[in-house]
Amino acid sequence: MTDRVEAETAQSTRRTLKPTPLAQATLAIAWKDLRSELRRRELVAAMLVFALLSLLIFSFALEVDARSRAANAAGILWVTLVFAGTLGLGRSLGRERDQGSLEGVLLAPIDRSALYFGKLIGNFLFMIIVAVIIIGPLSVLFGISLFTPLLPLILLLGILGYAGVGTLVASLAAYTRGREILMPILLLPIALSILIPAVRATRAVLEGAAYSDITIWLNLLLATNVVYIVLAYLLFDFIVSE
Amino acid sequence: MATQASLDNPPQVPSQTSSTGRGFPTGLAVLTGFTGVMLLAASYMVFVYAPMERTLGNVQRIFYFHVASAWAGALAFLVALVAGIVFLINGKMQWDRVGKSSVEVGLMLLTITLTSGPIWGQYAWGNPWPAWDPKLTSAAVTWLSYAAYLMLRQGIDDPRRRARFAAIYVIIAFTSVIFTYVGVRFVEQTIHPHVVGPSASTGEGDFGVSARIGQTLGFSLLTFTAVYATLLAHRLRLENLSERIKQVKSAVLARQG
Repeated sequence: MTDRVEAETAQSTRRTLKPTPLAQATLAIAWKDLRSELRRRELVAAMLVFALLSLLIFSFALEVDARSRAANAAGILWVTLVFAGTLGLGRSLGRERDQGSLEGVLLAPIDRSALYFGKLIGNFLFMIIVAVIIIGPLSVLFGISLFTPLLPLILLLGILGYAGVGTLVASLAAYTRGREILMPILLLPIALSILIPAVRATRAVLEGAAYSDITIWLNLLLATNVVYIVLAYLLFDFIVSE
Repeated sequence: MATQASLDNPPQVPSQTSSTGRGFPTGLAVLTGFTGVMLLAASYMVFVYAPMERTLGNVQRIFYFHVASAWAGALAFLVALVAGIVFLINGKMQWDRVGKSSVEVGLMLLTITLTSGPIWGQYAWGNPWPAWDPKLTSAAVTWLSYAAYLMLRQGIDDPRRRARFAAIYVIIAFTSVIFTYVGVRFVEQTIHPHVVGPSASTGEGDFGVSARIGQTLGFSLLTFTAVYATLLAHRLRLENLSERIKQVKSAVLARQG
């Protein structure tokens, strides 16, 4: 199944084959990215080291007193994740462009949005790995326990939304001159609409706020997620079509 | 020498624009003059006709152009959104030029909003930029998003791809602005007064709108709408002219070629 996605056979089989179902093609692309990451281990490693470094810098730069601890920890968690995420997103389609494998994927008899969703799954998983690992050091450095039952849900939704809009914007940036510089500039103002509810929900959870104070942000986060992913599904075709 | 010959005998160029290409269009001149008069009249109303506000004094007069430029800026970004959607549907480059021109004018208008607001805030709130206020945050993010839009355009050489990507980005940017603006407004308590819609009683520096104040505000809104339309028309004319120059150039080169 994976081989079918790769470039060699794709061109000749385009007419004779029925398109691979969307889910199957998506998983194939995601699995390809994961497997290449498992072999090289360069992307997640870089994201992780960057995230740990920025945690350390935050712990030096900010004097965190007991009162503002929850608010600070929520902000630091998300800023670190978002910046580490831009590293991974910048490579996601960029690597395909550099190696010329993007044409191969585009020639494959698959729905174009499979490429988007496949890349989204990859970026999402990489960021989740980073998030899971930095929660421990963050708790230790800032003296606050992040192991609360609602936090995984907020992390899942926030990272999904960020990776969702990030994959789309990174695909735009992949075709531009100087994409490494342009990518964060394009992505961060957009990502703020995900970041605000994510930070606020995290903060409410850490401060032990009332359940309704948390769910209002979670609902907003859910709404942004749905809208961005539907938009990306509709718009991604326009990016890769020549 | 060859250039000389082809310039004496200008090649047929597909004419995309309805303008003659020579001279200044009369309609645009009239519109510009009309907008100029409106701006003068609006300034008179703001500084003379409108009464002095009781609690804030003269500083309150900033509010007329602040609100008007914010409205015209929002209109500009809405036009850019519509132009982007239309371009993705029918692929006509004219819509790309409308979108780009509208964003440029909108950024200028939003800059007026973003500079006049803090001056007012310094007096009304004692702080030019209260952190984390949703309206202020979303205004700043809007400015940054559309500045990024212009940078995206600069980074792409192929005109059709540039138009397509700009249209995609403008749709995402507008969505994110809506989320930061409307979404957060319902959740967060803003201390920014609501001019349109229900005003929360928590807003500091809120003011009742008297008749003369209302008339001045209404006229300022009209004036800035006219300012937007005029600048858009000028900007669009320049875009069309430069597009025409490109076509003439390539036609001349093709003839030599």
